[in-house]
Amino acid sequence: MQSSDFHSTARAQLKLVVVGHVDHGKSTLIGRLLHDTGALPPGKLEEIKATSARRGMPVEWSFALDSFQAERDQAITIDTTQIWFRTPTRDTVIIDAPGHREFLKNMVSGAAQADAAVLVIDAEEGVRDQSRRHAYLLHLLGLRQIAVVVNKMDLVAFSQDRFATISEEITAYLVRIGLTPKVIIPISAREGDYIASPSSRLAWFKGPTLVEAIDAFSPKSVSAQLPLRLPIQDVYKFDQRRILVGRIESGTLRVGDKLLFSPSNKTAEVRSIESFGDQTMPTEAKTGEAVGFTLSEQIFVERGELGSHESAPPVLSTIFRATIFWLASHPLVIGQRLKLKLTTREVIVTVQSIDKVIDTETLAPSAGSEVSRNAVAEITLRSQNVVALDEYRDNPATGRFSLVDGYDTVAGGLISMEGYPDQRPNLRKNPELYHVDHILSAEVRATRNGHYGSVLWFTGLSGAGKSTLAMRLEQALFARGYQVYVLDGDNVRAGLNADLGYAPKDRAENIRRVGQVAALFADAGFIVITAFISPYQADREYARSASPKAFHEIHIKADVATCEKRDIKGLYKKARAGLIDDFTGISAPYEEPANPNLAIDTKSQSIDACLEKLISYVDDKIRHR
Amino acid sequence: MTDLDKLEAQTLYILREAYARISNLAMLWSIGKDSTALLWMVRKAFFGTIPFPLVLLDTGMELDEVYAFRDQLVTEWKLPAISEPCPPEESTDPSLPPASRAAARKTEGLKNLISRNGYQGIFLGIRRDEQAMRAKERVFSPRSIDGQWDFRDQPPEFWDQYKTDFPEGVHVRIHPILQWTELDIWRYTKREGIPIVPLYLARNGKRYRSLGEKNITFPVNSNADSIDAIIAELETTKTSERAGRAMDHEAEDSFERLRATGYM
Repeated sequence: MQSSDFHSTARAQLKLVVVGHVDHGKSTLIGRLLHDTGALPPGKLEEIKATSARRGMPVEWSFALDSFQAERDQAITIDTTQIWFRTPTRDTVIIDAPGHREFLKNMVSGAAQADAAVLVIDAEEGVRDQSRRHAYLLHLLGLRQIAVVVNKMDLVAFSQDRFATISEEITAYLVRIGLTPKVIIPISAREGDYIASPSSRLAWFKGPTLVEAIDAFSPKSVSAQLPLRLPIQDVYKFDQRRILVGRIESGTLRVGDKLLFSPSNKTAEVRSIESFGDQTMPTEAKTGEAVGFTLSEQIFVERGELGSHESAPPVLSTIFRATIFWLASHPLVIGQRLKLKLTTREVIVTVQSIDKVIDTETLAPSAGSEVSRNAVAEITLRSQNVVALDEYRDNPATGRFSLVDGYDTVAGGLISMEGYPDQRPNLRKNPELYHVDHILSAEVRATRNGHYGSVLWFTGLSGAGKSTLAMRLEQALFARGYQVYVLDGDNVRAGLNADLGYAPKDRAENIRRVGQVAALFADAGFIVITAFISPYQADREYARSASPKAFHEIHIKADVATCEKRDIKGLYKKARAGLIDDFTGISAPYEEPANPNLAIDTKSQSIDACLEKLISYVDDKIRHR
Repeated sequence: MTDLDKLEAQTLYILREAYARISNLAMLWSIGKDSTALLWMVRKAFFGTIPFPLVLLDTGMELDEVYAFRDQLVTEWKLPAISEPCPPEESTDPSLPPASRAAARKTEGLKNLISRNGYQGIFLGIRRDEQAMRAKERVFSPRSIDGQWDFRDQPPEFWDQYKTDFPEGVHVRIHPILQWTELDIWRYTKREGIPIVPLYLARNGKRYRSLGEKNITFPVNSNADSIDAIIAELETTKTSERAGRAMDHEAEDSFERLRATGYM
């Protein structure tokens, strides 16, 4: 018998996921692997044979794994399963992932835990859509060790040419997504070729067996070089101690360290690292440990704060990009509000834009207004509150998140800050972000809203398209999560300005009031779009003076002839007939803006083209970065 | 960190996640090696406090040594243990095979417990390597109001982000040692010096590898009379852990039926 020391020392454990297109033989491969390495319990082979015979099948190796009646009956894997097997060097957990497109969430659940992967491809069918999609997801999930097996070689007469064709095709794909296969092996899972031992029928192949390939993989480990990241899980006060608990996602925690908590920006010194049952108190804790610790000062820190050292803090931001996989049956759309879970932090986020939808088949990026089930996309998310995070490439554990819609997890994502700066320096200058007992500044509102409070003052002739474009722009900005509101004749004349008529003096007063109301909206952080003819330069200048920094004069431009031809409300006809006095463009002047911030030509451009121009102006000038 | 350290850290993390996110929790403590090892880690996770009740689903059919072990540990560790008497076999689904019906008494007991006390989360010491159905479990596994497990449509679970949002009436089974193997549990029990029911150790060439009700659980042939010997035995054995559990072997899908309707 071995000494008890042996039992408490580490045995390296590898988690291996087996993925691939449906019916390419994943479960069969695993069943065979267990059999060939002597891992099946006694009687199991007989049980498999009997179960297969009852269903009139040849020996169905997958029955070693698939355990739901529905799985056996339909000979498919519905949910991921795990099975342990041992080689002389170590224990391996094999995760069997389903290949059906509709069970992709189960595949992701299995693959996310794995250190390495085996991608199974049917020699007859070749590379299929789930082969590619699974490979793409493996890459997104952070897997870098992958072996490809070309299965069912018996069905293609162990053809070296067929193997070469498939090898080339899959290698080309994998390399494009940044995965280099460690090895590609021709096998027959049903017959047992090249699983645990080489096969004379594949004498032309000189590579390792699958078992050898698996033994060459190593368990994933977090780099010891990464800075400390300690998300707070909870604060316990079971006795006189106030113990903060959390798991060290990276780095080392030492007694005496000064910790910075983000996003609250509070600091305190680690007084002790607590443990139950140990004789000696630990003085340090490393990556992966679930720790409890106390602070030398009683500061208010709660679940969701991210602990770090001051010298290497996480990024703070309310906006970031992400590559996501979308698992819900309903599509992701712009403007959607979701709960984001990043380590122990939960915040509400809005989908600001869908930047790229990636076709996992062709890898072609395309623009899109929605992301459908099981698709991959690059999106921009904006959060209501500041989030402490890292870019995924810098620190995987604090650079990835899940998204929850209602009660359900609907996506996973990896963070990139490309195009967005760390807001930490800015937030330092604005301590009121943390202590709201000061007067809120425009910058603080802009940080929360993702844009500056602004007045988009549309001016132009009747029929030029002011109201139409104002409404369309309002919808588009609202969908991006912006705070936006339109002021036009309809909602102003009915209440605020019900006492005003159309005489020149009343018109000037109308514009004055609209200018003041718009300025208040802008001050409150809103984007307000006004849609008034506002023909006089002097009136517009007066409106500008109410909110000089936030005012954007936008000329919605079409000549009288064009507007008269449109004449949607029939006003031009009435004016020509003399039924309306002082009609701008006919019987009253329109003073074109001399220097507008933006001119939109609605005569020669479509509404959509005009709208796009307006949106890119807002993105450029008003969005908070 | 050794593999055992990693497994322990993962279990502590899961226990604390559940405690932070789910109100009104309870833990099933069957007094066996798995739930006792879990109990050991609960004490570590909460620094000696056990902030939820430990429930024995009591059929009155546990082996005598099991009851004696429980009483001793409850006193020594000052455990908040409660006993939930299970309804008689007549109240279970008559279409189930006999041993499964005996086991299903616990399902009924658990349903009563949950509906009476309104628990939203139940900790269970099940492991993936025990049984093929359990291998497909999630760490946080939602159950409908009548305890049904919709195993055809389980929530995605990745990057240690667990499902913690539920509609009214749904409760969640939490499995903090799902990833441990039988061998891991014994190595950990040895390393930590966790007490065990003596029935696990061989006497006269027989020992219990898994403890259940006395009418449906049987000892297996073994000479392993110490934890070291058990570990050595498990390093080489290929016999399944639940070989001595009658209900697993009555029909192709007997355990599936038990679990789908709410068994642990």
